[in-house]
Amino acid sequence: MPTIHFEGDDYLCNEDETILECMTRHGVLLPSSCQSGACQTCLIRAQEGTPPPESQAGLKDTLKAQNYFLACICKPTEDMSIGLSSISPRHSVKITEKTPLNESVVRLRLAKPDDFSYKAGQFINLMRPADDLTRSYSLASNPDDDFLELHIKRVPDGKMSNWVFDELNVDDEVVFFGPAGDCFYVAGKPEQPLLLVGTGTGLAPLFGILRDVLTQGHTGPVHLFHASLAVPGLYLEQELRDIAAKDEHFTYIPCVLHGDIPEGGQQGNIADIPAQMLGSLSGYRVFLCGDPPIVNALRQKSFLAGASMQDIFSDPFVFAPHEG
Amino acid sequence: MSTVYEQLGGEAAIEAAVDVFYRKVLADHYVNRFFEGVDMEKQAAKQKGFLTMVTGGPNNYTGKDMREGHKHLVKMGLNDAHVDHILCHLRSTLAELGVAQDLIDTVISVAESTRDDVLDR
Repeated sequence: MPTIHFEGDDYLCNEDETILECMTRHGVLLPSSCQSGACQTCLIRAQEGTPPPESQAGLKDTLKAQNYFLACICKPTEDMSIGLSSISPRHSVKITEKTPLNESVVRLRLAKPDDFSYKAGQFINLMRPADDLTRSYSLASNPDDDFLELHIKRVPDGKMSNWVFDELNVDDEVVFFGPAGDCFYVAGKPEQPLLLVGTGTGLAPLFGILRDVLTQGHTGPVHLFHASLAVPGLYLEQELRDIAAKDEHFTYIPCVLHGDIPEGGQQGNIADIPAQMLGSLSGYRVFLCGDPPIVNALRQKSFLAGASMQDIFSDPFVFAPHEG
Repeated sequence: MSTVYEQLGGEAAIEAAVDVFYRKVLADHYVNRFFEGVDMEKQAAKQKGFLTMVTGGPNNYTGKDMREGHKHLVKMGLNDAHVDHILCHLRSTLAELGVAQDLIDTVISVAESTRDDVLDR
């Protein structure tokens, strides 16, 4: 009989019993609803042990990759430690580089701790050591890089971003914990066409995902749309054009809402541009990052244009200028 | 006798059906205002539960869930005409997936049985 470890206690799971039934029998009520593997209310993560594949039916590939499973249909085959959230240690690291990418975005590179692993496209929580002020930033680097790269936009009245812009210097120490996030590339289906759409610093996780995709030998077409209000808001333009020149699978489409249109770019509402240009998105895998209302609009439009719900991954950024 | 759920091919088929069904619903301007601002993934999971239930698959769906889950929509004006639209989309979805007419009728009669709960009366 497998033992289930949850929040400091051990529970013995009977033969042919699901984890949800086991916990309920012991008086521990996990959130649940349909009890048939459909509604995903009982979604939980195995921190140790491997969930049986059938307990991950219908979950997105990114959740499967992180050992999430459905407690209501999970009959464990081995001891497992389960939890509603992941616990991650804090790392204290030095800033190794600080470079402006455009007038309002700075690139910050942090030394990567040896015991830290992540997937390109995930985010970390950066802390200001003096007072533990914490903000989430997506990683633009690749797990192979020996640094962690963040793209930080100066937010009006933003406590963290203004501190990063005005006070943080190379060789200063910062603290971070993580990683988290479900917006990343899972190897498999290398011929699948990919659509990457980001607004503003939503480019950061996409830049990481793009390099990951190319490193892993993806053979299908990859389209990256980077949107900004106008040309000065775009960044890494030259790097992306260089990748596009070298790699025939990859297309870079800079988009602006108004003003001059960059070479090979588009003008208009970014929520409409990808489906207008590409037509049907049936069969596409889609990654959407940035401003929440635009990400939500893109999610719906990508779905209506034919992309399957299971193939749409998104990371809506939340900006918090006045709290914390 | 096997259920429509089994005949369709179980969980994976329902997953595919949700994509077809939800897309039809969101494209329908008569009903899509009720879906504005909802988390698409949570909504898709609920629809998966609903389709599993109406096709006779394993479920623990209750009338109370249906009533509680739609109360705020009834306040927004949800009525029989909207339910009719949803049932139409369900019919077309099943037809698109090649389900026979008599089985579609069975599924629709199960879905129809939730109407009073959905409309909170």
